[in-house]
Amino acid sequence: MPAYKFPTIPSSEITPKALFLKRRQFMTGSLAAGLIGATSLPALAALNATQSRYIVNDKITPKEDATTYNNYYEFGTSKSDPAAYSGDFKPTPWTIKIDGMVAKPMEFDVTELIAKMPLEERIYRFRCVEAWSMVVPWTGFMLSELLKQAEPLASAKYVAFQTALRPEEMPGVGGFAPVLDWPYKEGLRLDEAMHPLTLMAVGIYGDILPNQNGAPIRLVAPWKYGFKSIKSIERITLVDKQPSTAWNVAAPGEYGFYSNVNPERDHPRWSQASERVLGAGGGFFGGGTKRDTEKFNGYGDEVAGLYAGMDLQVDY
Amino acid sequence: MEIAANPAANVRKTDYPRQINKTLARISPWWIYGLGLIPAAWYFYLGAVNDLGANPIQSFEHLLGEWALRFMIATLLVTPIRDLTRVNFYRFRRALGLLTFYYVLFHFLTYFTLDRGMNLPVIFVDIVKRPYIIVGMVAFVCLIALAATSSNRAIRALGRGWALLHKLVYVVATLGVIHFFMAVKSWPPRPSVYATIIGVLLAYRLFVWVRDQRRAA
Repeated sequence: MPAYKFPTIPSSEITPKALFLKRRQFMTGSLAAGLIGATSLPALAALNATQSRYIVNDKITPKEDATTYNNYYEFGTSKSDPAAYSGDFKPTPWTIKIDGMVAKPMEFDVTELIAKMPLEERIYRFRCVEAWSMVVPWTGFMLSELLKQAEPLASAKYVAFQTALRPEEMPGVGGFAPVLDWPYKEGLRLDEAMHPLTLMAVGIYGDILPNQNGAPIRLVAPWKYGFKSIKSIERITLVDKQPSTAWNVAAPGEYGFYSNVNPERDHPRWSQASERVLGAGGGFFGGGTKRDTEKFNGYGDEVAGLYAGMDLQVDY
Repeated sequence: MEIAANPAANVRKTDYPRQINKTLARISPWWIYGLGLIPAAWYFYLGAVNDLGANPIQSFEHLLGEWALRFMIATLLVTPIRDLTRVNFYRFRRALGLLTFYYVLFHFLTYFTLDRGMNLPVIFVDIVKRPYIIVGMVAFVCLIALAATSSNRAIRALGRGWALLHKLVYVVATLGVIHFFMAVKSWPPRPSVYATIIGVLLAYRLFVWVRDQRRAA
């Protein structure tokens, strides 16, 4: 059974360019009028989003769990570190830059971006490469919407992402033996990046992203292992060659460039055939469940075509 | 080999190591068992009432593994502390060693029951296929042998063989940190800290052994 219903978006539902440009104009106007801006940040805490039809029918992981059990090694390697040690991180003001092989290199202020992009809430499965999973309501917009504005050149084949690197605000990046080669980098093939499932998330559970979840803006590619969904993005670069990615550089035999969720391709050190679904509550005896992992995390109907003809045991 | 205490050193006015040893002699090793089992009981309680975070089973498993390494370190500290300070925790060493075994046993049982749900085919595949599980299992089997021969009777029965057999503890400690590294991504600080401490404690043995070889020669 597919994990979700894939909505075929009628063209009538896609916001016409003229309209969203007008909306943008209005926003710029409001900015000038001081209606929106840094001072109105608290108002952004609750995001205005339309409910997407991209939803799974699984039980949503409690917010408490999704915001206290994180892998964000810039703040420490324990699951509780990001929530505990990301307090000094400043997600505003924040500029995200799009450059490389684009006709129009751009820079966006994320607060403005949040205000002008059509936000929707999507409930996605999230499968960590460590064989646990959550079900998270993300608020965001399609990456394709952002990339289209920069007008990728025909020569662009991949999209490279980079996380901010701020040693003063990130206690996990220092030391003489860095856990990863900072800054954190990720990448997608351009067609993966343009896929409607690929989300730029600015919120979870209806609120803006907490620091530990990748504030102020992050990627969510739900058919890939969680580490592909890079957090706190400050730069997006269109390139023609497969970009280097943090975990692939750290251990190429363990973490491939694609890193699609694949129960048939085990991690060299552990099985990927099943996953522990977190957030059941009740502690040891609360019936916390294991379930079989689905290929492409259940999004196969939608994304399998991207990999037609590829051997996913080789291109893992 | 042991370093004989220099009798001349005992002439000092206040012999702190001796005083500490006198105090230690009055403490029953049973306290070590009682205190040592508190973390396991506490974390089990937290896990049972859902106060161990989003992934309580794995957290419990990992905490037990880390405590096993801590007791392993405590066990390995007894000899260097005696050599270097003459403070002697020897009476407690068996308790510390057995606590190491109990925590590895709990760690294994948590894996076997809560984590893998006693799913024998899955566990079998783990054991034959997953290097970090294999390493952990080998260490566990060695520890069983050590725990089984920890009684006074076994010590007497094995004679000189006992000391030789119990050199296995160095193998277990090494496998323990390897197991930790293999179970995590990248090279994070926590296993590195345990590896460093255990590395220093094992290097100390090597140093003493080499020195004694030279003296004997």
